[in-house]
Amino acid sequence: MPKVTYTSAGGDVSVLEGNAGDSVMEIAVRNGLPGIVAECGGSLACSTCHVYVRDDGHDSLPPLGEMEDEMLDGTVAERRSNSRLSCQLVLSANDHPHVETPESQV
Amino acid sequence: MPENHGILIVGASQAGVQLASSLRELGYADPITIVGAETHAPYQRPPLSKAYLQGLVTAEALAFRTQDYYDKHAIDMVLNERISDIDKAPDGSGTATATSGRKFVFDRLALTTGARPRRLEIEGADLDGVLYLRNADDAEEMKARMADAGSVVVVGGGFIGLEAAASAQKLGKSVAVLEAAPRLVGRAVGEETSEFFLKAHRARGLDVSLNAKILRFVGDGGGHVSGVELADGRVVPADIVLVGIGVVPRTELAEALGLACGNGIMVDEFSLASDGTTVVAGDCAELPNPMPREGAPQRLRLESVNNAVEQARNAATTVTGGRVPYRMVPWFWSNQGDIKLQMAGLSAGYDQIVTRGSVEDEKFSFVYYRDEQVIAADCINSPVDFLAIKALLAQGLNVPVDRVGDAGTPLKKMMAELLSTS
Repeated sequence: MPKVTYTSAGGDVSVLEGNAGDSVMEIAVRNGLPGIVAECGGSLACSTCHVYVRDDGHDSLPPLGEMEDEMLDGTVAERRSNSRLSCQLVLSANDHPHVETPESQV
Repeated sequence: MPENHGILIVGASQAGVQLASSLRELGYADPITIVGAETHAPYQRPPLSKAYLQGLVTAEALAFRTQDYYDKHAIDMVLNERISDIDKAPDGSGTATATSGRKFVFDRLALTTGARPRRLEIEGADLDGVLYLRNADDAEEMKARMADAGSVVVVGGGFIGLEAAASAQKLGKSVAVLEAAPRLVGRAVGEETSEFFLKAHRARGLDVSLNAKILRFVGDGGGHVSGVELADGRVVPADIVLVGIGVVPRTELAEALGLACGNGIMVDEFSLASDGTTVVAGDCAELPNPMPREGAPQRLRLESVNNAVEQARNAATTVTGGRVPYRMVPWFWSNQGDIKLQMAGLSAGYDQIVTRGSVEDEKFSFVYYRDEQVIAADCINSPVDFLAIKALLAQGLNVPVDRVGDAGTPLKKMMAELLSTS
């Protein structure tokens, strides 16, 4: 099962498991993790599931899409080279990414 | 000491779940019970007309939270029970009774009852194959029937109708949209945006009829719908019909309780109903405009995820003893096939529209002004503009009407320049 490590801006660490096919956003929201808002539920409408992906463990993550790329230009927290919208990070069974959530999403 | 019964949230909806989550985040320690009439744990509705109908996501993937979350946060989720009667004392406490006879005692009541589809009561309304789309069971039935249908008629050219029409098209169906008004999405967007959608959908092969006066649903003699008859004599053939002509807020319980109701259960800016204790959030509420300004309606009802979430948060603050006037920038989205519409603000009362970007390339924003101040935008495939304008409205900023059309310069940059020179 995919496993995601979430580190908040304040340093809180949560490790959550999901199912293959879940996104990093879905696993966070379903477990009520603060730090990922995701008002639009993953339809690329709100840019409130912004995360910074740590180098380790994300070789196999889906590539940055065109609409996602545009939407990352409008996030509340600054965009960095490792910025992604977590709704687009759909995981397979062996993925164990580590993401940081920004200070603010809205 | 009397037993503590906590809050009863009627309606296992987006607003209901958000209210419960926000209460726990705010430190509310009393019992929380959510009662829902459906058999499914609370789930997202927007994908029902889009990804779900197209078979791209499963029902399980739409659930808001895991059962584990509800357990851990002591949120008692009661499904498959429809509250039909509520007795309430002047202090706000009382007992709700479900149609099964089960009783729920509460100290505080919340109504997040949502809305039901408006029905088209014409001849043939009860024919098999005349469908409505509001909940997961509706979507499941539509998906199943769509598999065997060749031709689909959608009655109503609003968001739900156009989203479902685009989904049916993707599944290879022949789709006709019948809209009674002279333009599409008339309740939600400006005339220019309506015009764009008409052209864009027709260019994609969707058969759209405006000013369509529907007389009756025609049956095949065996109790199943076979077409829709119009006043001009035309009969549009249909294996299934989806009626998407808006929703009616579920106010019955509130009315029975004697709460003031207009176009929804009336609340003040603290999400309180007229009894001063019951909180209300989401599609069922008629609320003071959360972004008040001259030329905009003073009270309204908002059918959106955004309002369900934000108003529920406001209600949670009220329940935990805070009093924060509800203010936010209303926003909406609609994905219709490959067309993404995002709207920020309310355009009512605008006196000028500026086009930013290219309508021909289907990548643009209509920016609405009143007295040279931005009040709203309809953004097509332009998420960056949408996010910038939503942020600008939230901060009370502006972009000059003579600059906004310069699509080569990001709005964020224009705003930064203006802030540094002012």
